[in-house]
Amino acid sequence: MKPVYAAAAPVETIKKTKKRWDIIVPLLFIAPWIIGFLAFTLGPLLYSLFISFFDWPIVGEAKFIGLDNYKTMFTEDPLFWESLGVTVKFAALFVPLNIITSLFLAILLNQKVKGYSFFRTFFYLPSVISGVALAMIWAWVYNGEYGILNYFLSLIGVKGPDWLNNPNWALIAMVIASLWGQGTMMLIFLAGLKAIPGELYEAASIDGANKIQQFFKITIPMLTPTILFNLITTIISAFQQLTLALVLTGGGPLKSTYFYAMYVYENAFKYFKMGYSSANAWFMFVIVLVLTLIVFKSSSAWVYYEGEVKNK
Amino acid sequence: MKTKRRIEKSTIYILLIFFSLLFLAPFFWMLSTSVKSPEELYLFPPKWIPSTFEWSNFKEAWMSQPFNQFFMNTVIVTGMSTIGQLLSSSLVAYGFARFKFKGRDFLFIVLLSSMMIPWEVTMIPQYMEFNYLGWINTLKPLFVPSWFGAPFYIFLMRQFIMSIPKELDEAARMDGANPFQIYYKIYLPLMKPSLILVAVFNILTCWNDYLGPLVFLNDQSKYTLTLGLAQFKGMFGVDMEGIMAVTFLISIPPLILFFFAQRYIVEDTSRSGVKG
Repeated sequence: MKPVYAAAAPVETIKKTKKRWDIIVPLLFIAPWIIGFLAFTLGPLLYSLFISFFDWPIVGEAKFIGLDNYKTMFTEDPLFWESLGVTVKFAALFVPLNIITSLFLAILLNQKVKGYSFFRTFFYLPSVISGVALAMIWAWVYNGEYGILNYFLSLIGVKGPDWLNNPNWALIAMVIASLWGQGTMMLIFLAGLKAIPGELYEAASIDGANKIQQFFKITIPMLTPTILFNLITTIISAFQQLTLALVLTGGGPLKSTYFYAMYVYENAFKYFKMGYSSANAWFMFVIVLVLTLIVFKSSSAWVYYEGEVKNK
Repeated sequence: MKTKRRIEKSTIYILLIFFSLLFLAPFFWMLSTSVKSPEELYLFPPKWIPSTFEWSNFKEAWMSQPFNQFFMNTVIVTGMSTIGQLLSSSLVAYGFARFKFKGRDFLFIVLLSSMMIPWEVTMIPQYMEFNYLGWINTLKPLFVPSWFGAPFYIFLMRQFIMSIPKELDEAARMDGANPFQIYYKIYLPLMKPSLILVAVFNILTCWNDYLGPLVFLNDQSKYTLTLGLAQFKGMFGVDMEGIMAVTFLISIPPLILFFFAQRYIVEDTSRSGVKG
């Protein structure tokens, strides 16, 4: 018995070392992300929650105040509600319009047309320069007196408003400018459309289904996973919208483009209320989280996955 | 039937052309404005093609601010960030795609969900962190984080690696290559399309970033192009033709990049993504 026992030990050790390496090697590969995630995402995320319970000026003592920041923002700060309202209004306009226009453009491109790649390039071009440059171009397009938008409107006999200086129109102007730079979403829809097998349409037209029926019975159901993805990304980006407002209007006129993100930003870096701003930011995080969860939960009812057998 | 088909086709082309014009008109408007003389700038109805082309607008506007310096800063940030991003994201993607280990799926879900965290939440602690490190008002906060990979790019590359047959690594392992060699010698060259895609996305993101520079930089000598342009607009007495000239100039590199890399962006953006 003894020799067998003795021989078994080294094998066991080798196995153990091998097992340990099986864990260490993959961890070495993903280590950069783990470190970065802890240092630049999870750490800051938790620290920001911590700060939100303090009165935390940029210089001077921080003071623990419990839930006071949250209480102030819900009950005493009209700007909180106002900016939240602006962002919700923006999202309510931008999210559906963005999904509809990018889907529409993708379908248009998917019609087996000549010059396909040219049209695709034109539609995508604005997405390449997004941000400040895009804002600059639109600042000039929207100019009330000399801008081309109002020139085009004048051609059809409409007197255009002074877009960015009119509280009724400034937010809508932002929605339009944002739609202009959303080519990525269109490309994702286009890829989704191309992935739908052609046989489905052939079978449907043999059965006598017309174009409109095909669209609602084949295209839309087959695209639902893509729609879900785009819907979530758009919601998240809508709630973080800031650059356009910072460059174009600075939140005005009459706070009509004072986005929630701008409110958070100014509380932190203009008024240096780090604790309060962190509470604002966490509230936004919770909203985005809840919205995403609602969309996800609802998706089982409307998203169709190929290969999934529906019990009916 | 045939006429119906023809009407359908023409409607499609009319719509395509209409939308193309819609997307291109603001660009054209920018270009036309940037070479206008001040007298033609404020005319209504506007003049699409200026009667004289003031090419000197470009030089004047560019030189009126240290845009050369801003340009250099932007190049440094974009370059440093992209190199780091490619190395680390591909490494991590390989780790997620080709190894089985405890907690892998959980970590991957964490990675995907971290894309949802709004930047507002992490902004203040990050500012404090960089302040503690003495990095505020340097370019480091703008590129160092990308040396640790970014979730979206890791995701894209992982999907790409998953589409490569696994037999490759087995053969290499038989020949005695270690996991790092397999990644470096076999996968990295194969991943060229997705490396290019990530590089293009990352370059565009860095080039266009405004909020990062806005939060982390103070001195004008450290400004990036976007920050310089925004400041330029806010200056008293600056005319539209100058702003449009600079806007056009700083848009040239992304546009050129786009034309060269179009194939990769358009074909790969989502091929690897969305399908459920």
